[in-house]
Order: sequence, then structure tokens, then C-alpha cells
Amino acid sequence: MTFILQLERVRKAFGGLIANKDVTLRVPAGKIFGLIGPNGSGKTTLFNSIVGHHPIDGGSIRFDGREISRLRVPEIARLGLLRTFQQTRIYGGMTCLQNMVISVPTSELGWRSMFSRSPPEDLRRAEDLLDFVGLGPKRHLRAGDLSFGQQKLLELAMALMSRPKMLLLDEPTAGINPTLINGLLDRLRRVNQQLAITLLVIEHNMGVIMNLAEYVYCLAHGELLAEGNPEQVQKDPKVLDAYLGAR
Amino acid sequence: MKAPPFRHMAVAAVLALALLVPVLAPAYRSQLALLWVMIVFALTWDLLGGQMGYNSFGNVLFFGVGMYACVIIQRDAGLGYFTGLFLGSGAGALLAAALAALLGSGILGLRGHYFAIGTLGLGIAAGELASGWQFVGGGGGMVPPLFPGEVGGRETFFYYLSFALAAVTLPFLRWLYASRFGLVLNAIRDDEDKAEAMGLRTTRYKTTAWCISAFFLGLTGGAVGNLLGFVDPREVAFAGSTFGVWMVLMAILGGKGTLWGPVIGAAVFHLTKELFWTYLLGWQRVALGLLIVVIVVFFPVGILGWARERWPERFGHRIDEAEAGP
Repeated sequence: MTFILQLERVRKAFGGLIANKDVTLRVPAGKIFGLIGPNGSGKTTLFNSIVGHHPIDGGSIRFDGREISRLRVPEIARLGLLRTFQQTRIYGGMTCLQNMVISVPTSELGWRSMFSRSPPEDLRRAEDLLDFVGLGPKRHLRAGDLSFGQQKLLELAMALMSRPKMLLLDEPTAGINPTLINGLLDRLRRVNQQLAITLLVIEHNMGVIMNLAEYVYCLAHGELLAEGNPEQVQKDPKVLDAYLGAR
Repeated sequence: MKAPPFRHMAVAAVLALALLVPVLAPAYRSQLALLWVMIVFALTWDLLGGQMGYNSFGNVLFFGVGMYACVIIQRDAGLGYFTGLFLGSGAGALLAAALAALLGSGILGLRGHYFAIGTLGLGIAAGELASGWQFVGGGGGMVPPLFPGEVGGRETFFYYLSFALAAVTLPFLRWLYASRFGLVLNAIRDDEDKAEAMGLRTTRYKTTAWCISAFFLGLTGGAVGNLLGFVDPREVAFAGSTFGVWMVLMAILGGKGTLWGPVIGAAVFHLTKELFWTYLLGWQRVALGLLIVVIVVFFPVGILGWARERWPERFGHRIDEAEAGP
């Protein structure tokens, strides 16, 4: 099995607070893996470390066979490893369509193409992806005027627009209307299968992660507490303790 | 998007009127030449301040550098008047752009208020440097060579030169904002961290944008030095408290981040300012100060920004079908 993402003993401390303590984690290409853990367990810090948001204090991070722990955010993004944010981030002052067409892979943004308009095939693909997440009718609205849930869907569509190899999704269902969650999960599975994009998903909603991921890592207090398929992890007494407090 | 025919006609009418000013209103040639200069000021400021969200208070630096470079070349290169003026302005523009590239790599790493404060010092420092440097005339400044033509020809020439500057800058920016580059600038304005997370080389684009802004300001500097007939380090070239602040105000008044906002803002501001100087002499600076307060309090998003909030559909922000998505 080839691993697209490999973390070996990744360590990150903020002053005296050790946010990630020797975390080792592997994600094979083409799979959907989950990352769970109580609030403050270091999940988002781990995402930030992977995408180069801050330097790590020790360990190694390999993506697609290449050491990336010293690279910076845009460089890692250009290798095809993208993240979405827990606090959704979109370009609020621009229309949804503009948000999409500027999210094309940066390899397509050379100097010459930079100073021309977006080609029609980009517009077509942007509209297809907006339809895919159900935002087609709102494509000319300012993204900042969308609801939080809609912005989340737009952010997913933007990530897809840039043809990534792997996506790190930070709580993709938070703030989304429960009746729409199933639709979103179905879309994430299609993203994984049809577009062959590997997913690593942070999620608090246990129903969602059990349903979506085939393998789950659980963090607590910055350490890897448990791993395994969702059923195993869900029954693991250590995981129950971490979430509900020791009995 | 097809522009309605009346818009073409309006543009044609304004163009015709602008070209006929020296015939129709010869007494106002210098005032109106300055109006075109103000429009260039507001447009070039808005490239960073409005489109990219980087409020620069130091853009006047590039204006002053262009002005000095032009007048030095006119003085020392031994060329004819017009050759000296055109080559000098061009060299000034290139020098200003190069300076922006150099400064940008450092200062554009600052964000938000820090960038604004960082740029605030630029114009002041340049003014002090120029007034202590004898080669450029020190505190007394410099005087460009005399215009060679007959009486009155000078005003007409500089009117058309200023008009040409505005008439080149506006369509250039219109083209730029319609390109992907314009979208990247907007993306940086809305969320620079997101733009980086999407792989965009933000520093490169920010620096390029500042260079473009500096280029047009440098070009304008050469023309204005000759139009006014003298180059003073603090009052004209690096006039942070007048030109430097007006750039910002005009763009805000008209509507930051829009193409036509700075044009409208510059026109309204310049006209009001000239009326104050004519009818409220003695109190003109007080009136101007009050105007500035009124702008910031009542038009925080500017004239066009206000219109866009009021009638979003007119600006293309609409839902396409009756039913909406999730």
C-alpha cells in the first residue's frame, strides 16, 4: 500500500504547551481517513503543521514521497495538498464564480495567463462544481452574503477547483443543516471515488465519521490515543474516557 | 456583458468635452489639468488600497521620485525640452517602479494597520532626504526648464498631457481588474491567508501591483513638476499632508475597490476643494477638514460603495433562478 501522507513522530509545542506529541499517522492514497479527538486535543494544530502554517519542532511529514515539513503553505498547496478551514474562509467580497475561477491550480497561472481573463473552460468547470455542491443559482452572489453552511460548500468547491491530490477537511459538517449532511457526505464520497482525491477529515460528529471514514485516528492531549476502523475506535475504552472523562 | 448604448454615448460626451476644454474654458486649463492628475492619484492609490486592501500612506513617495528624476534629467542630460520631459518622465516612472519592487519585498510583508504605518514614514523620510541633498537643490527645491512655446501654449500642453495620463491609466486598470490578476488582488484583500493556502504567490502579486501603481505615479510626477513650474521637496514632491492624504480620501469618497469610484471621488473632491479656496478663503482648510470628517462618517464605503449596497442587482449580484440552493 502506498501512503500519500506519512507523519513520523511530529512534535509541536507552543511555549510549555505541547500541542502535538510524537504523532505518527499514515494515510494511503485514495482513501478517506478520519481524525477525531476532544476539543483542544491538537487536531487543528496537526493540520496546521501538515500544511506548513507553522514550523514543527520535530519529526517528519512526507507527502507524495516528498518531505514537506520545511516547506511553506503556498508551496505545499502547489504540490496538491490543500486544507479547508474550521472557520470557513472564502473571498467574501467576490462573487461565488470569481471565488471559483481564481482557485484553479496555480500551475495554470503563469505570467501571461495571469494578465488575461479566465478561459471559458475554467468558467464551465467552475459552474459544474458549483452545481455539484448545490450553489449553481447563487453563482453571481457575493460569497460573503451566503450563509455559513453555503460558504462551507463553496470552500469545498474551491478546493476541488484546484485539482488537489489530497484534501484535509476541518469539520466539513459543522454549521451545516442536519438534513443536508447526508447530501454532503454523499458528495465527499463522490469526490473521493470519482475524482480520486484522498481525504483526511476532522469531525466531531461521530455519526458522520463512522459513516464516512474507513479508518480513524484519535488524538487526546496532543497524543495519538487510538487508531483502527471506526467500530474498534468507538468501543475503545481509552477513547470513551477521553471524550466523557474517566469513569 | 454588453454595455448599454447610453453608456458609450456618455463616455464619448465626456471625452469630447474633455478634449474641448482648452477651447471652451481656457481660464480653467490649469485647474482641470490638476483634476486629471487627482484622478490618476485616486486610481493608483485604489489599486492597492481598494482592490488589494493595503492602505498605503506612502504612495506620494513614487510621485516625488518620478518628479525629481524627470527634472534632474531635464537639467543635466542636455536634451531638448520635450525630449527631456518625455524621457525624464519615463525614467522617473521606471525608477519609481524599481523602488516599489525594492521596498515592496520588505514592507509588503506587513499587513493591515502595520503596513499603513510602515508606509507613512516613506514620504516623510524622502522629503527630509531631498531637502538635505544639494544635488537636487536641497530645501529650495528645483526649477524645471522653461516651456519653449508661445504664451498660453504651456497651459494647453500640460492640460492635454495630464488628460492623456488619466486617459491611459483608467483603461489600463479597467483591463487589469478584468484579468485574473485583478481577481488575485481581490482575493488578497478578502483573505490573504486563504489565498496562500490555495497556493497563490501573494508576495509576488502584491509587489507587482505596487510597481504598477508606482509606475503611473512616477510618470505623473514628471508632468506635475513641469506643470507647476517648481519642485519643492515637502510642499510638492513629497507632499504627504496634501497629495498623500488626498489620494486616500478621494478613493474612499468615490468608493474603494471600484473602477469608477476613484474617478468620481477625485472629481467631487477637487471641485469642492477649488470652490472652498475660491469662496471660503481663509477658512478653506477648516472647510476641507470638515469635508474629510463628513466623508469618513457618512460615506464609509464611498459613493459607489453606497450605490452597490443599495442596488446590488445593478452591479450583477443576483440569484439566477427563483429557487435557491441549500
